[in-house]
Amino acid sequence: MSLLPWTIYTSLAGALLALVAGARSARAARWIALLSAGGAWALTLAAASRFVPGPSLQTLVDLPWVPSMGVRYHLAADGISLTLLVLTGLASTAGVLFSWNVTERAGEFFALFLTLVAGVYGVFLSADALLFFAFYEIAIVPKYFLIAVWGSTNREYGAMKLALYSFAGSAMVLAGLLWVYAAGGGHGFGFADLAQAAATLPRRQQIVVFAFVFFGFATLAGLFPLHTWAPTGHVAAPTAASMLLAGVVMKLGAYGCLRVALPLSPVGFAYWQTPIAWLAVVGIVYAGLVALMQADLKFVIGYSSVSHMGFVMLGLAAANLQSAGGAVLQMFSHGVIAGLLFAVVGRMVYDRTHTRQLADLRAMQLYRRLPFAAAVFVIAGIASMGLPGFSGFPAELTILVGAWKTRPAWAAVGALGVLVAAAFTLRAIQLGFFGSADKAAPAGDAAPLAPITLAEKLGAFLLVGATVLIGIRPDLLLNWINPALQSPLLQTVLKGGAS
Amino acid sequence: MSPDYAGLFRALGPEAALVVGALAVLGLDLTLFRRHSLGERLRLALWVGSLAVLAAGVHVWRGGAPGPVFGAVLMLDPLAVATRFGVLVLTLLTLGVARSSTAQRQPAEYVALILFAATGLILMAAAQQLLLVFLALELASLSLYVIAGFDRNRPETAEAALKYFLFGGIAAAFLLFGFSLIYGVTGSIELPQIAAQIAVQGANPLLLVALAMVLVAFGFKTAAAPFHLWAPDVYQGAPAPSAALVASASKLAGFTLFTRLLWPGLGAAAGSTASFNAGPGWLPAVAVIAAASLLLGNLVALAQTNLRRLLAYSAIAHSGAMLLGVMAAGRAGPAPLFYYASTYGLATVGAFGVICAAERGGRCEAISDLAGLYKRSPFLAGCLAVFILSLAGIPPLAGFFGKFTVFAAALRLGGVAAPAGSLAILAIALSAVALYYYLIVLKQALVAKPTAGAQPIKVAPATALALFAAAGLIVWFGLFPAELLGLF
Repeated sequence: MSLLPWTIYTSLAGALLALVAGARSARAARWIALLSAGGAWALTLAAASRFVPGPSLQTLVDLPWVPSMGVRYHLAADGISLTLLVLTGLASTAGVLFSWNVTERAGEFFALFLTLVAGVYGVFLSADALLFFAFYEIAIVPKYFLIAVWGSTNREYGAMKLALYSFAGSAMVLAGLLWVYAAGGGHGFGFADLAQAAATLPRRQQIVVFAFVFFGFATLAGLFPLHTWAPTGHVAAPTAASMLLAGVVMKLGAYGCLRVALPLSPVGFAYWQTPIAWLAVVGIVYAGLVALMQADLKFVIGYSSVSHMGFVMLGLAAANLQSAGGAVLQMFSHGVIAGLLFAVVGRMVYDRTHTRQLADLRAMQLYRRLPFAAAVFVIAGIASMGLPGFSGFPAELTILVGAWKTRPAWAAVGALGVLVAAAFTLRAIQLGFFGSADKAAPAGDAAPLAPITLAEKLGAFLLVGATVLIGIRPDLLLNWINPALQSPLLQTVLKGGAS
Repeated sequence: MSPDYAGLFRALGPEAALVVGALAVLGLDLTLFRRHSLGERLRLALWVGSLAVLAAGVHVWRGGAPGPVFGAVLMLDPLAVATRFGVLVLTLLTLGVARSSTAQRQPAEYVALILFAATGLILMAAAQQLLLVFLALELASLSLYVIAGFDRNRPETAEAALKYFLFGGIAAAFLLFGFSLIYGVTGSIELPQIAAQIAVQGANPLLLVALAMVLVAFGFKTAAAPFHLWAPDVYQGAPAPSAALVASASKLAGFTLFTRLLWPGLGAAAGSTASFNAGPGWLPAVAVIAAASLLLGNLVALAQTNLRRLLAYSAIAHSGAMLLGVMAAGRAGPAPLFYYASTYGLATVGAFGVICAAERGGRCEAISDLAGLYKRSPFLAGCLAVFILSLAGIPPLAGFFGKFTVFAAALRLGGVAAPAGSLAILAIALSAVALYYYLIVLKQALVAKPTAGAQPIKVAPATALALFAAAGLIVWFGLFPAELLGLF
């Protein structure tokens, strides 16, 4: 466990080295990036192997940072953060593998990528709300440049929109946190300190403050109707960045909602619970329907991410142990599956065919020309639809069952979303990879596509392996997650135990 | 009590070092170096000037016992010492930047004037007698007017200097009038006596008129709306090192001076921080100026295409945030304000330093002139990223903690319902707006491809060192904010 802080430092060191080495050789930069991302992932796995689940955050480092303001450099982990740390390691390692073909300004690319990863690790490890916030903002700027420099379709617009939405969300969070901090007499930013301070505010202020912090984080989690940055940003981003953005960075928002916003003010949550849940289920169905209408394969996945993140928000809003556990499981599951889908579309298909339009892909019959990509996409699609045997199934099922316990209507509409997800996923599989032969353009168009590289295969195997493993043994993660949900701070909002 | 001349001399050691340095620069240039080339004369002048600044720094370090000096003419409290250090560091960085300055036909005079300005600024940091306050302010201002107009090749420069001088002259007249009224009301020109008198008398109409006049000068000095009109023109027209000094050291000293004037001096006439209805005072006026600066600075900056004008409007917005720090200084002490103002100064000196260095490789007026900077000079592009992101308040750079401490202190004055608290929320909201224009700058520097025929930029070693030091300090104070916040 005590090794976990080194995930942050390893990533930052890797970023610095990649920047220096990248000026000379792109090859050196990508090996450094792989070593650093893989090393950090190994650290999370090593910590996981010795992890003893429990209800409290296990402190790793705790030093005074700004003593006069009560800010501490406090890193800690519990089952929830460990789940997401492992996901971060997995997604970032796979992301580097899928960026093996980046040659333009490669050093800077991997430096920004690893800085983003460091920020993400930092957020998942922070046990001081200000430290949490600082890491959260560190993750924003690299996203902008990753998209604006290395992106595709409409990249400058997508990058700016994403950066401004993220920053506006984080400004709301900062306003809320400072508000509570000041009300508490400026003692500190520990999660429990803040909850105590918030309780001293009048009820109306608590409701407003909760909204600031929750909806600030929910912007990054892609809660409807604050989600519009996500599809444009993810589509414009280069493959590794889309994988990390959809796979992990959106989880920062959801994690912030769970770790910071929910315990901050149970009074505020009680007021907002119903609106949040309805926004989540509307988002599930709405984004699914929009995905059904897309002509660009990457946009299908972009909207599907919003739809799947809706399940996470529904799980949090339903606020019982089961739904919240499902929400964390879904964060992991969606992180893996979205990474896989973006990898297939962005790297395996787009980099070879230079189109993502379903109409064009349909004519290409990719199942013949890129059988590996087609197979991986089918697996990812099945997992994304929530079929048994893959991680999406236990996650979404747990969320829906949990939501049913709180309010059956939410679960009913949410379940509709599963049907829509099946529809848009099948459509994407069919049009994208199994187009009919008679529509294929003859001759010239059938020039052979570059074969799938080893790095791509390796990355795909890692992600497929993870979704299958958790699909078969969700208890591996749930055994970490569920005890952590019993922490006294979360117990103030999460109802119902095992009932 | 017999006057303590020895103590006075010790306290004024830094000023003496700077004046001697300025005279040495002029003297050496007129005698030994008269026949050297312009470039060499500039280099030598900068060397001598830097030594003088370092000597002044040593004097500040070794300075006398903390406390009032020579009766109560000077006050050597932690704020004064820290501000003096800050001003000297920023001046040293400006000198490093000036190495890259083009079109200097009188290098020695330029450096000497920078040193005279610094003399005035460090005197401002410690002055607590109205007469000395005014003298220090005028010494600094007059030197700054001249160096703002130093580039005689560009007509904008003359316009900038004239505008700066006229606005500054009027502001000084207001300040002097205000001071004379304060003297008339309280019968003293020393802040402790003034404070005692006001505490006894309470606010009277004449005093409120005096306060208004002092605030006009304050608004001018710190480029706060609606007294900001000179700033965009001066930032645009002045030679880059002059603009750097005006935007950084002068602002830091100005904030220290007026904080000292307003809180220890006129604190009894502050009014209430909790509500404006509690009675008249200068706090409501400062709150209005802060709100105007935040809104005007951030919104008008969105429309700028000229890089320096953008920095000017961003400076106005930052002044608004620093004014929150002034409002909070009564309760929270000067630490948040000083942290904000000094780290802001580092970022601004750096940004103007990058402009100055980039000007050697071609035009650097419009934001789009930065296009492809990452290729033309990766070093400058990296430094610019640090400075701009710090201005935008992105952690772990110092700008983030500056915002955080100031806003937290403002919110603690009475929660969100109080004026300072709601201004803090407004400022946080506007910081999301600000990110847009800062990213526009970085987009040109780091994302856009260089225009055809753009040359690589060679950076002079002294400038590179100054920029590296500024960026390093920003990162250092961002990672270890307690180093500065713990000084008070």
